[in-house]
Amino acid sequence: MKVALFVPCFIDTFFPEVAIATLELLERVGCEVVYPPDQTCCGQPLGNSGCQQDAAGAEALFVRNFAAYDYIVAPSGSCVHHVRDHLTAIPQDAAAKHVRAQTFELVEFLHDVLQIRDFPWARFEHKVGWHNSCGTLRQLHHAQPSEINAPFFSKPLTLLAGVPGIELVSPKRPDECCGFGGTFCVTEEPVSARMGYDKVRDHQQAGADFIASADMSCLMHQKGCAERLGLPLRFVHIAQILNGSVR
Amino acid sequence: MSRRVDHVKAARTFIQDEPHIKFHDQRLWGLRQLRDGQAHGIAEWEQLRELASQIKEHTLSHLGDYLEQFERNATANGVIVHWAADAAEHNRIVHEILSAQAVTLLVKSKSMLTEECEMRPYLEARGIAVVETDLGERIQQLDHEMPSHIVVPAVHKLRGDVAQVFAENIGTDPTNDDPAYLAEGMRQDTRPYFLKAGAGMTGCNFAVAETGSVVVCTNEGNADLSANVPPLHIASIGIEKLIPRQSDLGVFIRMLSRSALGSPITQYTSHFRAPKAGGAMHFILVDNGRSARLAMDDFWYSLKCIRCGACMNTCPVYRRSGGLSYGGVYAGPIGAIINPTFDLKKYSALPFASTLNGSCSNVCPVKINIHEQIYKWRQIVAEQGELGFIKKESMKLAGKVLADPKRYRAFSEGSNRAIDTLPRALLYNPFNAWGKQRELPTPAAQTFHQWYAAQRKEQADE
Repeated sequence: MKVALFVPCFIDTFFPEVAIATLELLERVGCEVVYPPDQTCCGQPLGNSGCQQDAAGAEALFVRNFAAYDYIVAPSGSCVHHVRDHLTAIPQDAAAKHVRAQTFELVEFLHDVLQIRDFPWARFEHKVGWHNSCGTLRQLHHAQPSEINAPFFSKPLTLLAGVPGIELVSPKRPDECCGFGGTFCVTEEPVSARMGYDKVRDHQQAGADFIASADMSCLMHQKGCAERLGLPLRFVHIAQILNGSVR
Repeated sequence: MSRRVDHVKAARTFIQDEPHIKFHDQRLWGLRQLRDGQAHGIAEWEQLRELASQIKEHTLSHLGDYLEQFERNATANGVIVHWAADAAEHNRIVHEILSAQAVTLLVKSKSMLTEECEMRPYLEARGIAVVETDLGERIQQLDHEMPSHIVVPAVHKLRGDVAQVFAENIGTDPTNDDPAYLAEGMRQDTRPYFLKAGAGMTGCNFAVAETGSVVVCTNEGNADLSANVPPLHIASIGIEKLIPRQSDLGVFIRMLSRSALGSPITQYTSHFRAPKAGGAMHFILVDNGRSARLAMDDFWYSLKCIRCGACMNTCPVYRRSGGLSYGGVYAGPIGAIINPTFDLKKYSALPFASTLNGSCSNVCPVKINIHEQIYKWRQIVAEQGELGFIKKESMKLAGKVLADPKRYRAFSEGSNRAIDTLPRALLYNPFNAWGKQRELPTPAAQTFHQWYAAQRKEQADE
């Protein structure tokens, strides 16, 4: 199976190890992975700011970069949400429609498309608090949000259950937004930081050593909060756990 | 024009007061948990939401017909029905009704619509005293503040704050902040007003077209006293409050209090249909921007709102910034999508006081797509040039860089890369704001892009 890897801009710059883990994991499970070198960003920061016109260039480039592939996979829920639900600043031609329909977040790609459940090559002997990022939880439907009266399910927790040694702990407010929110984290700094503080304290009180998520942007914010508060928490992307790159 | 609301500044002040923010967050999160308990206890909850949404959409799509049906039936019941195109007309009608009966004291129960119309100062300026009889609303009236929440108007106050306000205004003991004592103090203070008042006013939760009656849901019984003790009852009704049939009420009554407070039903569900013997009843149907909103393709769904406040209780931003920080009659997620319809410039910051997390849409009993409307409002704010110069220009620059792989690589991998350049271009100088309360992320020695180029070249060379 041929898969194009989309590496979101902040992962490229700040967390290349997450992209490397994603690449290795996809190859490990049998995908032929291509990295289109002209990729930049999906346009989400612009779209979320209301700047549709300014987002058009990045969105058009995104479609050009990825139109030739059957599957496009990214280790970031909010970026995939943008591509799937909000990539509307450009004309919706066949290429744009194809790219939007065929872009998957890593967890759902592993869970739904490849249907992998076991990760015997991985090992993670730590207490892990799972961070449900809002983009994956309520937009990509990774899991059943607590607001909805329907049976529980969680794709990321199902995948993590296949990792030997892992122990999951649950914070008191597992669905509460951490306050990253894209540009919100700087434009609404006081509320954003307070939400981040509350989030990392909730995980720490639950006994977590690691906070793990499918969204590195949320973790970047939470890490900044935890470090400022002096909390001994560590942060890891689910790709790093599933690939066995962090043990 | 009115001044732009600075949500960030107000939130910063709110957050600096640890006892208040802690209580506010926990109290409202507690309501959200109680709501979950109720919602998850009803097997058909999600079907009820869907049904409620459909009833409201149907009614709004035939609003003119149902309003006329409501007017016919109410008139037949002996109610005098008035139509108000806007807040000014509403206030004028109320004043005329009261003047005709030489009323100088009006008791009223809670109504967001009268807040929206700024009716109290209007009447007070014309010599009519207005007494709020809902406990929370009375606290806010005495403290000269707007309600900070549509269901629990004084939720941002601690018991000590209330003791202070009551001591200064109704003579309770300032050192006694026992809630039961304070509630009793307010009750004793308010009772004489019910007896003296020439008129009573209520809002309306639901206006039933087939019966011409108005339904008011309260927990304190003050709406019943306001409506029934004085000889004259005026109900102010937003035109979106219509529902077609009495039987539709069952759907909404089952969800209103469960969504709002996590209680199965309000203490009082009062149906007002006709004036009492020797008395008079007036209904005022108020538009005030609602029919204009009904014509907006992306935003008319907000008219489905039944004012339960569940979106506020669940909103992590609202819980940490307080209702007053939204600077308008409606706070929280619903305020972020309603207030801009009244004054885009004044409320242009509100659609950005959200992380777009979507919890509000999930708790909404009538399934308003609140977070999607917030996203759409951001586009309107940007199109109307209300973003602010720095944000607008940095987004324009970021748009150009992100559309051009070469320029993008120069930014992300150039000599003065990353911490000063890339995020600045992407997020318009974030690190001043980022670094106040958070440590900065460290840029990696090598981007993934560079690693991949080197690694795959090595593999090809092998």
